[in-house]
Amino acid sequence: MTISGTLSQLLAIFTALVVAPLLLGWVNQCRAWLQNRSGPGLFQPYRMLNKLFNKESVVAETASPLFRIAPYVVFGCMLLSCGIVPTLSTDLPLSPAADAIALVGLFAMARVFISLAAMDIGTAFGSLGARREMLIGFLAEPALLMVLFTSSLISQSTALTGIVEHMVHKDLAIYPSLAFAGIAFSMVSFAENARVPIDNPTTHLELTMIHEALILEYSGRHLALLEWAAALKLFAYSCIGLALFLPWGIAEAQDPMTLLFALPAMLIKLAIGGALLALIETLSAKMRIFRVPEFLATAFLLAVIGMLVHFLLGA
Amino acid sequence: MLDWLAIDWVLLVIAIWLGVGLAGLFALRRFSFVARILFPLGSMGGLILAATAAFAIADDVQVAILPLGLPQLPFHLRLDALAAFFLFIIGAASAGISAFAAGYFRKGEGTPPGLLCLEYHFFLAAMALVVLADDAYAFMVAWETMALASFFLVTANHKVPEIRQAGFLYLLIAHVGALAILLCFGVLQANSGNYSFAGMRAQTLSPFWASAAFLLATLGFGAKAGMLPLHVWLPEAHPAAPSPVSALMSGVMLKTAIYGLLRVCFDLLHMQLWWWGVALLSLGLATALFGVVFATAQSDMKRLLAYSSIENIGLLLAAIGLGLIFKAYGMAILAALALTACLYHVASHAFFKSLLFLGTGAVLHATNERSLGHLGGLMRYMPWVAWLMLIGALTSSGLPPFSGFVSEWLLLQSFLFTPGLPDPFLNMLIPIVAAAIALIAALAAYAMVKFFGVIFLGQPREEKLRDAHDADFLEKLGMIWLAAWCIGLGLFPTLMIRFIDPVTRVLVGHGLGASATHWWLLAPTSIERASYGPLFFLLGVFACLSLAYLLVRLLYHGRLRRAAPWDCGHPWQTERMQDTAEGFGQPIRQIFEPFFRLERHLPLPSDKQPVYRVVVSDHFWHRLYLPLARLVERLARQIGRLQQGRIAIYLLYSFLTLLFMLMLVPR
Repeated sequence: MTISGTLSQLLAIFTALVVAPLLLGWVNQCRAWLQNRSGPGLFQPYRMLNKLFNKESVVAETASPLFRIAPYVVFGCMLLSCGIVPTLSTDLPLSPAADAIALVGLFAMARVFISLAAMDIGTAFGSLGARREMLIGFLAEPALLMVLFTSSLISQSTALTGIVEHMVHKDLAIYPSLAFAGIAFSMVSFAENARVPIDNPTTHLELTMIHEALILEYSGRHLALLEWAAALKLFAYSCIGLALFLPWGIAEAQDPMTLLFALPAMLIKLAIGGALLALIETLSAKMRIFRVPEFLATAFLLAVIGMLVHFLLGA
Repeated sequence: MLDWLAIDWVLLVIAIWLGVGLAGLFALRRFSFVARILFPLGSMGGLILAATAAFAIADDVQVAILPLGLPQLPFHLRLDALAAFFLFIIGAASAGISAFAAGYFRKGEGTPPGLLCLEYHFFLAAMALVVLADDAYAFMVAWETMALASFFLVTANHKVPEIRQAGFLYLLIAHVGALAILLCFGVLQANSGNYSFAGMRAQTLSPFWASAAFLLATLGFGAKAGMLPLHVWLPEAHPAAPSPVSALMSGVMLKTAIYGLLRVCFDLLHMQLWWWGVALLSLGLATALFGVVFATAQSDMKRLLAYSSIENIGLLLAAIGLGLIFKAYGMAILAALALTACLYHVASHAFFKSLLFLGTGAVLHATNERSLGHLGGLMRYMPWVAWLMLIGALTSSGLPPFSGFVSEWLLLQSFLFTPGLPDPFLNMLIPIVAAAIALIAALAAYAMVKFFGVIFLGQPREEKLRDAHDADFLEKLGMIWLAAWCIGLGLFPTLMIRFIDPVTRVLVGHGLGASATHWWLLAPTSIERASYGPLFFLLGVFACLSLAYLLVRLLYHGRLRRAAPWDCGHPWQTERMQDTAEGFGQPIRQIFEPFFRLERHLPLPSDKQPVYRVVVSDHFWHRLYLPLARLVERLARQIGRLQQGRIAIYLLYSFLTLLFMLMLVPR
């Protein structure tokens, strides 16, 4: 573990903490523009977090300690995942501790904890949310793993930094397997981040909500942590997508100077990605919960096709 | 005693268990003696066994011959690394289970405590002997003792008709399996008449007979393990038994079947064919998917765990299948990786499934309820059991940093190496199998969230649950021991892999011990290829978590107010409004509808007392077993015509048989 490695690790985590709410603000702003509204501004998520942290937490009388621990666990998992994913640099000392499979495990850990916490109070909406979240989770996880496997078969490594280093150095040719994997990955990201075709992040209509139903009983600092964790998750997924499919610009271990260019490169890529996300969200309608398995099965099959294409064409 | 060999210590433990069992017979109804002295003694035996096996695993092979059995065929015993590994599992898991059992068995429940003690300890001793046996005769004697002892344990509460039925089904399938194993040994000795395992190793079978032996072994050991379609006994028998026995059966006994399969496939058979691996892999995956889908649909907590055991056995079979494929193509390192995954999961499943079953026992005693529909909210009344069960449930879901994740990780890694196989058909098929494993693992998490959430979270669904009491000291001790293993195996995987190294050397001639150079980092092949460091992983999560906690406290405040639940402002809510177990499993029932045989009774709008009822049952039972049973019955009726009940006719039969035999005798 070198000093530059430690620094780039800390920088990655700090960047994630700061940029994640900004990304959310940007997506919301773009959505507002597309809907002919003026929008709340880029920094609304920060104001929101600050307000929530200042408020006192109201916890249900029937809540067990699990309910109060869960927001911290979820936040910790998401922050760590942002530290593992190569966002700015591939020189990450934490990276050997968790590869792509462990990253999926980390997301699953957060999901299980938030679902258990939602069931803890014993309200109708809480358990409804838990059930739906686990449903989406078990459908999305295999698809996500298939996407990661396709890239790790190409690069002969399941370490995320290894994958990215391989992807940066490969020739600038179109890999058909990666095209399939990319589409599958975007579909999975929509589902996992509770975005529109699957879930609506702004809804509080009882019968359709998924993510909102999970965090319905939370308030104050707990809610702030969960909102921040959700923003971190969106950031982590975006960065996985960027790292797998558009890795150019990420600084490499040998060359710490490129770190200076990595941040603007990442911000530009995220800005374009966020605008696209807002566009897709505006253009599509939320689907019924029982159409979700079809949607995610499609994602899964696309990922499998991507892998088969890799075997058939060797690319 | 200092110059004793490891095998002597193992025999001592078996003798202790037999002695403890017999002592129980003499103290049939002296409850406190059995519970406070005999069961803790048995638990000590387990500890000694685990320690001995842990030291013996890297030692040379040791043999012993017991002057028991037939005159020409004494019991041959042999302690090699494979046997030592499974002895370690039996010892370590049973130490915890016996400690729990000491606090668990109560007065006035079916079989008297002394008799239970006898059956329980004979069961333990028989399992240890199965693993130690080195000839077919000793193996079958131990195997049958194990089956019988567990049959009597399953039917401990024999006054309930369902339990008697479950016991019968178990005994039936156990014997079908035992017959197949016996035939398998018959094939393996290849007309040499030498039934010792050493003799079988020396035989060279033709591919046809080797395949026959493999198929018979799969059938025989699969019946014991709960492999599809021979799984029907498992969800009946495991829940019927008292909880410590369920733990022993699910956590430990199923592993003896895995042991047998490994022994036959990799040790006794001198060759491996690639299609064996494919067959076992497909069977394993089908079993695992079936098990986990059914687990999510269950509404009885012990049945849910039993189906989850079927799932885990499926994963183990898939790992063995993958190992066979690699071995058949001569890729010893990768075969070692797959088998390490398998053995790791054997250990991991032994601990977490025992823990979960013990937890259901504690819940059962506290509430007298097994049905998930009547439980709920127990975390407030049974915090110890709840938190320990949470560890078990998270391990079972395959989440980092617990032990279930390590074995899943190793298994997925070994699947990612399959593109190196020389067969283009196989290396295309197998990564998709990895996706199936991922689906199964994710569904397992679904089942465990349902299991834990419905029992321990939410509000109590019955008024009486508010009087539930936590487990007593010995019960807690047993559960803590098992939970500690779940965490320890999760955090220090390299130690375990070094421990498994000699076992895979016995099986495929290669081990992963050399790769475990960093004690904190698991990198089975090379660090560039893949690595996982659970300790750092845990520290990372913990650092992020405590950072968040401290910053929130320092920069803001820690004010907290208790109020009624919000629930979108609904004015009144009752515990009946929570998801039931059926409700929580409903999405899975809808998605995997073809898996289930559903009988649904829907209420009409005009019903005065509307009833909604869904019965989920198994296609195999209705499409395979019931027709088979009818066929057997019809055949038996036909054969029954021979029985006329008159002595003259029977004499005629004897006379005719004699004549027929005389005709056959060569002149």
